[in-house]
Amino acid sequence: MMFLLSENTRKTLTAGLAACLLAPPVAAEEIWITNEKDDTISVIDVATLEVVRTIPTGERPRGITFSHDHKVVYICASDSDTVQVMDPATGEILFDLPSGEDPEQFVLHPDNRHLYIANEDDAITTVVDVVSRTVVAQIDVGIEPEGMAVSPDGRYAITTSETTNMAHWIDTETRELVANTLVDSRPRHAEFAAGGTQLWVSAEIGGTVSIFDVESKAELAKIDFAVKGVHPDRVQPVGFEFDGEEKTAFVALGPSNHVAVVNAETFEVEKYILVGRRVWHMAFNSDKSLLFTTNGVSGDVTVIDVAKREAIKTIKVGRFPWGAALRP
Amino acid sequence: MLLRLALALCLGTSAAVADVSVTIHYLRQEVEQPPVLSNLDPIPQDLGLKGAELGLADNATTGRFMGQTWALEVTEVPIGGDLAEAARAALATTDLIVLDAPADAALALADLPEAAGALIFNSTAPDDRLRGADCRANLLHTLPSNAMRTDALAQFLLSRRWDDLAMITGTHPDDIAFGDAMRASLAKFGMRLSSEKTWAFDADMRRNASQEVPLFTQDLKAHDVLLIADEIQDFGRYIAYNTWTPRPVAGSEGLVPVAWAPVVEQWGAAQLQSRFTDLAARPMQSRDYAAWAAVRAIGEAVTRTGAADTAILRAYLLGPDFELAGFKGRPLSFRDWNGQLRQPIPLVTQRALVAQAPLEGFLHQVNELDTLGRDAPESDCMAFGN
Repeated sequence: MMFLLSENTRKTLTAGLAACLLAPPVAAEEIWITNEKDDTISVIDVATLEVVRTIPTGERPRGITFSHDHKVVYICASDSDTVQVMDPATGEILFDLPSGEDPEQFVLHPDNRHLYIANEDDAITTVVDVVSRTVVAQIDVGIEPEGMAVSPDGRYAITTSETTNMAHWIDTETRELVANTLVDSRPRHAEFAAGGTQLWVSAEIGGTVSIFDVESKAELAKIDFAVKGVHPDRVQPVGFEFDGEEKTAFVALGPSNHVAVVNAETFEVEKYILVGRRVWHMAFNSDKSLLFTTNGVSGDVTVIDVAKREAIKTIKVGRFPWGAALRP
Repeated sequence: MLLRLALALCLGTSAAVADVSVTIHYLRQEVEQPPVLSNLDPIPQDLGLKGAELGLADNATTGRFMGQTWALEVTEVPIGGDLAEAARAALATTDLIVLDAPADAALALADLPEAAGALIFNSTAPDDRLRGADCRANLLHTLPSNAMRTDALAQFLLSRRWDDLAMITGTHPDDIAFGDAMRASLAKFGMRLSSEKTWAFDADMRRNASQEVPLFTQDLKAHDVLLIADEIQDFGRYIAYNTWTPRPVAGSEGLVPVAWAPVVEQWGAAQLQSRFTDLAARPMQSRDYAAWAAVRAIGEAVTRTGAADTAILRAYLLGPDFELAGFKGRPLSFRDWNGQLRQPIPLVTQRALVAQAPLEGFLHQVNELDTLGRDAPESDCMAFGN
């Protein structure tokens, strides 16, 4: 259905289809995938592992995150220069947030109120109050800000800048930079770990994940990856997530088409799982038994059985799937 | 898996943070542009320079967090002007030079006594001899050599099994050099050049290409692809669709191997493109990219070493730890046997990226990027102590 029709017809049909599918408000768990080059979201039903809805968005949707109460979903519509706020039940855009230009990724503060947005083209991190719908701060960071993280206690927000090669530490009280930590080339993603005592940063071109001690901001360790039969240049860490107890990290390795399984205590790589082409980001289901990876080039999502550490299914989504988020 | 544990406690984060002030000089020798048949695509006056400016802005943004200050000085030497004198003046303030000049001028500059301890980045001259017999220890190259470009195209042709080729070469020295490189690449990858012709017409092809070119190409032997060596952009644009047999064109025209083009958008390139067009109000070209890469390479070396000393920077740039994120999907680094920046070569048309070399299947024992251009074992460059 989706391939031959014109854009408008398709959108109308999709909306119509979405409306009729929505009629019974089911509480099934879903994974929401942004399709960067289709301007849509593919909604995967976790029970059936099928795409059950396709929702139109603004242009070039990338970062996606739900509010902590899951009542709304925030979408970085990068080429529309806005963050869209959607009602996940209806797929309707409720309103747009001012976001600064070219928002790529963002993170919602534990206060459920402040979004920290990386403005890729402007070397700025924008802080938006989602209640008053206003920009409350803009912080100068390095070139091509991308990865965003917030510490579990809400004290720090992190922006990584891809061309400056730094993790910038933002004090969320003063909204000023308190530290700038040099990492390897092209840092893409950041996450706090070990109960908020560590910061992990992936470097795409550097081919590494660096681990920092939050208190001292000093580097604790650096993880290298080696996928058999793949040239090291093509092993490019991008998104990563931790399992429930933060004992294991799953690291997407981009064009090597593998996800690394890393022991988060010893920092040893324990396994490489073959997934789709140019794997970007990922999301778990609620009990973290399944992991869904977005594969940009192959236009699909790989489902990984977390316990078995095996890929169990590939789900076709839109063109260039990028972000992933759980709707429990 | 390798694990580097926390030496970093004392080193990692703070070592490189120190007040450093760096000046780069962009030195340009203006050259006579030969007349070409069409004036549809004028060469921008600031070609290259805008790339250096963008690189400097990128360095300065990083520098803000590192206690670094960055400056770019620019000298443009007019046609017939004294490049050596301008170079001496530039070298009096800095020994980091980005050079936009032809090969002979680059050699003359590199051989100045004042330049002995300098680091000169050639961002304009594609000549293979500068990376070979005529190499200099103080001369690095961020523009890909002709051989790198023609090897990239040859890999593509071979991967498509379009291995019967014909070629039309212009008469300008740049055309001849590109044609020579193309021939060497075809030989390297075991393909056949069945026939060749030289384009020496002086007719105005805008009016009669459709009459001239079919006849001109009629006696070429059977071929899969028609190669064009027309680096000065003279006649090549009038060949496609006017050939006697329906064959795609490639080389200087049609499918072109480049350092950079506006159609490159993967690997975050879209961001670099938009930063460049914001600055320059025109699309980014290969020489802009080469100048940008030169300035960014210096920036990366200063940031990682915390030093502005040229000898330290040179050692780091040529060493195993240097890598530059160049928006082409692989880390860029310098070949320690001739100072050439390793880089993927996009193969582009006006409208799209067709492929990016090195292509899959072209293997190398150390770095697949070294399947492009002269590799260490066959290098006749002696100035790098190998």
